[in-house]
Amino acid sequence: MSETTPTNKPQWAMVIDLDRCTGCEACVVACNVENNVATVGAEEAAKGRTINWIRIERYFEGEYPDVRVKFRPVMCQHCEEAPCEPVCPVYATYHTDEGLNAQVYNRCVGTRYCANNCPYTVRSFNFFDHVWDAPLQKAWNPEVSVRSRGVMEKCTFCVQRIKAGEAKAKDENRDVKDGDVTPACVQTCPTKAMYFGNIADPTSEVAKLSKSSRATKLLEDLGTKPKVIYLNEGE
Amino acid sequence: MQNDKATNEKINDDLLRPLRQTGWAWRVTVVVCAIFLLAAVAAFAYQLQRGIGVWGINRPVFWAFDITNFVFWIGISHAGTLISAILRVTGAEWRRPITRCAEAITVFALMIGGIFPIIHLGKPMLFYWLAPYPNERGLWPNFRSPLMWDFFAINAYFTGSLIYLYLPLIPDLALVRDKATGWRKTIYAKLSLGWRGTQRQWHALEKAVQVMAVIIIPVAVSVHTIVSWDFAMAIQPMWHSTMFGPYFVAGAIFSGIAALILAMAVIRKVFHLENYLQPIHFNNLGLLLLTLSLLWFYFTFAEYLTTWYGNEPHEKVVFQSKISGAFAPLFWTMVVCCFVIPMPILAIKKLRSISGTVIASLTVLVGMWLERFLIIVPTLSQPRLTFNWGSYRPTIFEITIAVGTVAYFILLYAVFTKLFPIIAVWEYKEGLTVSPLPHPHHDPAGATIATAE
Repeated sequence: MSETTPTNKPQWAMVIDLDRCTGCEACVVACNVENNVATVGAEEAAKGRTINWIRIERYFEGEYPDVRVKFRPVMCQHCEEAPCEPVCPVYATYHTDEGLNAQVYNRCVGTRYCANNCPYTVRSFNFFDHVWDAPLQKAWNPEVSVRSRGVMEKCTFCVQRIKAGEAKAKDENRDVKDGDVTPACVQTCPTKAMYFGNIADPTSEVAKLSKSSRATKLLEDLGTKPKVIYLNEGE
Repeated sequence: MQNDKATNEKINDDLLRPLRQTGWAWRVTVVVCAIFLLAAVAAFAYQLQRGIGVWGINRPVFWAFDITNFVFWIGISHAGTLISAILRVTGAEWRRPITRCAEAITVFALMIGGIFPIIHLGKPMLFYWLAPYPNERGLWPNFRSPLMWDFFAINAYFTGSLIYLYLPLIPDLALVRDKATGWRKTIYAKLSLGWRGTQRQWHALEKAVQVMAVIIIPVAVSVHTIVSWDFAMAIQPMWHSTMFGPYFVAGAIFSGIAALILAMAVIRKVFHLENYLQPIHFNNLGLLLLTLSLLWFYFTFAEYLTTWYGNEPHEKVVFQSKISGAFAPLFWTMVVCCFVIPMPILAIKKLRSISGTVIASLTVLVGMWLERFLIIVPTLSQPRLTFNWGSYRPTIFEITIAVGTVAYFILLYAVFTKLFPIIAVWEYKEGLTVSPLPHPHHDPAGATIATAE
C-alpha cells in the first residue's frame, strides 16, 4: 500500500559500506546511549527479549579453515512502502513526509502486529517496565522519551538530531546540507562505514553513493523500498 | 386429542427439567470450572501488574498462545451459524433439537474468543482505542489494518448471533414464564416481551428468524475470512496465502461441528435427553464432520504442495520445519487428529455412532488447535533474516489462561442450560406437526417420539 506523498522536504537515507564494517558494535553502544535504549538483563536476553535499535548480523560463509565472516549492521530500514504501517490499528507507526517511519509511543497499545509484519525483524517490544540501575538513569538523553512497558520501539534515524539539524539550517536561512544531521551510529563508527543525509539532494554524499554499482537494499524484492542502502563487499 | 396433550406435557416436562432440577454432575461441573476460571483471572491479574513479559512470547515470536486461542474460539463460534442458519434456510427437519445448542455455542465462543485480542495487548486497558469515537488523540483508527476489520466483523457477528439466539428463544421464554412462579416469573415475563402466541406474533417471529438466518451466514463467512487475513495480509513466509480465507472458514466450521457434537453428547447424558438427541443427529453431524475433514485435508494438501513445489527459499524453511523439523511432531499430530483418526471413524457407518463421533470430535478439536498454533509460531520463529531466528515455549500463565477460558466456556454453557431450555421446545413441537414433503415418514426424531409415547 502506497504511503508516499510528493514533497520538497528532505528525504533522509543512510548508506552503509559493508567493506568498511569490522563488526565492532560501537554503533550499537552509541545508539543505546543516545536513545535511552534499555538493557534487559541476561535472563531476559536469553529469552530473546533484548531491545536493539541497531544490531550487527554475523554470517559465516564456508567451512573451516576456509571461513569468511560477514557483518551487516541492521536497523529500521525506514521503508517507503513499510509493511508495518498499514497494519497498525491505532496509527502508532506511520510515515512522515521526510521519509521517516515514525513510532508514536503514546499511541501504541501493543498489538505487536507491526513487528510481525516487519521482514527485517527490527522492532523491539517492551515486555516489562525497565529498571535502570543507579546512576545509569543520570545518563538519560533528555531529548528522547523513555519508553514504558507494553509499547513497540525501533530506530528513529535519531529523529531528535534530525530536528536539531533542520532547526539550525532554518536559523541560518538555508537548506539542510551534509553534516547538519549525524545519527549517533554514524558519528561513532570508527571505520567511517556509515553515511547519512538527504537523498533527495543530488549533491549529497548518500545520493552519490546510492548510485554506486555496489549499492543494494536488503530484501529489495519485497518491494518495501528501504531507505538504508548497503554497499556490498568487493573482492 | 388426549394423546396429543399427553405428548405435549411429556415434551414440556422433559425439556424444562434442567431448569427445575439440579443434579450433582451440574454442580460439580460448575464448581470445577469456576476454580479454573478464577485461576485464569489470577494469572491475568498478575500479567496486568507485572507486564506481558510473564508470557513466553519474545522477539521474533510476538504472537503465540494468545492468537492461537483467539482463532480457535472464533472458529468454534461457527458451529451455530452453519447448523442452525444453513439447516433452517434449507428446511432440514432433523435440525430441530440441535439449533439452540449450536446458537448458544456461537455466542459464548465469541465472548471468549474476543477476550484474547484484548488481554494480549501490551496495554490491555487501552483496547478501546480501536473503537472509532471522537477522542483526545484527534485520530480515527486505521481502517487499513486487518485488526480493525476484525474488530468490526466480530462485533457485528456477536450482535447478530445474540439476536439470532434470542429470537427463537422468545416462545420458550413465554412457556417458562407460564410455568414459573415468584421473581422468576417476573424475569421471564420481561424477557419474553409479552409473547402470547398469537397468529400475528408467530408470523412476525418466523419472518424475523428467516431474515436473521439469511443475514448471519455471510457475516459468519466474512468473520473467519477476516481473521485469516490477519495473517494473509502480512508478507511473512507461509502467511501470505490467497487461500487462507476459505481454508480458515472450512477449518472454523470443522472445529465448530466438533464442538457441537461434544456439547450435544454431554447434554444428552446429563439431562437424560436420549429421546430427543438421537443417534440420527450424531450420524448426520458426523457426515458433515466427515465432509469437512476431507475438505480440510484437501486445503492443507493444496497449501503445502504448492509451497513445496514453489520452492521459494523463505517459505521452504518454514515448510521444512513443519514437515520434518522442530515442529514435525506437532504437525503430524495435527494430521492424525484432523484426518487420520476422524476420517475412518466418520466414513464407516458402524463407527459413526454417538461414541464414535464424540471421539472424532475430540481429536478434531485438538488437531484444529494445533493447526492454528502451527500457522502462527513456525512462521514467526523463522523470519527472513536468519540471524533473528527464535523459538517459543509457553509459560504457566499462558497455559492457565488457555485452560481457564475452556472452563469459562463450559461454565457459561452450563449456566445457560439452567436458565433456558437447551432444546427449542416450540421448534421441536412444530416438527411433530410438520410433515416434510415428499417423504412424510422422513422425520426420524418425530417418528420415534410418537412411537415412544
